[in-house]
Amino acid sequence: MSATPPLDLVESGDPIATPRRVALVRPDIRPAVRTKDEKYVMTFPNLIVREVILFQIVVIALAVAAILLDAPLEGIANPLETPNPAKAPWYFLGLQELLHYFPPVVAGVLMPVLVVVALVVIPYARINLTAGPLWQSSRAAGAAALAAATAGLIVLFGAFRCWPIVVPTVAVGIAMFAARGGERGGAFRRTLAKVTLPEWIMLWFTVVAAVLTIIGTFFRGPGWSFVWPWVSGPQG
Amino acid sequence: MKAASSLVLSRWLRGSAVYRSVVRHGVADTNRNRSLVVFENLFLHVHPVKVREKTLRLRHTYWLGGISLACALVLIATGILLMFYYHPSVPQAYRDMKELQFVVDNGMFLRNMHRWAAHLMVFSTFLHMLRVFFHRAYRPPRQFNWVVGVVLLIATLLLSYTGYLLPWDQLAFWGVSVGTNMAKEAPVLGEKVRFLLLGGNIVSENALLRFYVLHCVVLPVALLLLLSVHIWRVRKDGGVQGPPEDSADGEEVR
Repeated sequence: MSATPPLDLVESGDPIATPRRVALVRPDIRPAVRTKDEKYVMTFPNLIVREVILFQIVVIALAVAAILLDAPLEGIANPLETPNPAKAPWYFLGLQELLHYFPPVVAGVLMPVLVVVALVVIPYARINLTAGPLWQSSRAAGAAALAAATAGLIVLFGAFRCWPIVVPTVAVGIAMFAARGGERGGAFRRTLAKVTLPEWIMLWFTVVAAVLTIIGTFFRGPGWSFVWPWVSGPQG
Repeated sequence: MKAASSLVLSRWLRGSAVYRSVVRHGVADTNRNRSLVVFENLFLHVHPVKVREKTLRLRHTYWLGGISLACALVLIATGILLMFYYHPSVPQAYRDMKELQFVVDNGMFLRNMHRWAAHLMVFSTFLHMLRVFFHRAYRPPRQFNWVVGVVLLIATLLLSYTGYLLPWDQLAFWGVSVGTNMAKEAPVLGEKVRFLLLGGNIVSENALLRFYVLHCVVLPVALLLLLSVHIWRVRKDGGVQGPPEDSADGEEVR
């Protein structure tokens, strides 16, 4: 048996340029290649006891809340007497706040439908599966496109004078570009530098939703005018 | 002496034919019997016999799905009790709120618990979704479970919203009026959907009855079915997925 010829290792993803490929082991599709020794524990009692304790904590917390705080009850429903403002439950006040800036078909139908569709397609959109840290492979063209998209959003919502969206968009945009080259910065900037583009978008959505809901809940009074919550308490 | 006799009693009880017909495994003091607790019970549909130890850590899931489920269970329990005291008719629905407050023992506590659990469930379900997103736990093979989760979030919102009308006070009436007026704006179907939902053109007795049926029958059944699929699939897809980890060579381990 002759001696094994010296191996000439070439790393390539192109089978035409380097046809003498022996094996292709990609770490992301062969989990068996990178198995880790993980510690397993018995479900009973370890997990089930924790679940029971969690349930007890939730029940106790809710019971304490139920003892201390009474659920609101106003006068009997009267179709002839419209309260001002008439508010939806808090989780829809973000939408109701949007109604203040956009035509009803946009705020009440288009935007919620877009949000639901966007949420459903998340696991099927390729970018969500492959995206790495946003600025890791930072190209000038990509950064310019991103800046243009951010500016476009700001101008679009600015045209409707929808400040509760414009301000968070500016803030998240600043944070996003501040993360550029953050790998060499402090701990906070290094954390920012690891954020992927889908994560920036979700962060933006969450901040916008929170700001809209908080404004709708605490800062809106008669005729949907802006009020300070300490002047008139939260309603709805 | 007393301890010894209770031990004898408990041993006799555990050995009895009736007990053995219900609980088929012995005391869970060996790993064999601990696996039987899962194997021989409904648990196997939900949990494997062993779980990865790190999934028990707080920072793995923050237990947000568990909190949402706990809220759902509290809501079912308190909701059934509230149904005993509630008539979905005008003006009796509102009077029943007053009855709960002034006549029924712990009636106010019951209503408070139901309401705060509902608010907490909406909140914790939303946080659960954010947690799953930022941990990238929607990736294959969990794509479809993410979609089921989105539907569950919508079901939670609808449950909370249909329940909002039931006290039939000003808050309920106008809250639902505002919301259903938004539905009216949808092109083509908007008016028809609103009419179907309210059983009329305004929020009325018919709307109260429809919201009651949706709140107490249709949506809870839908929620429980979807929840079963959701939780069962968590196990089928390899257990809860925590934060993505960096391996030694810097590549992400899924």
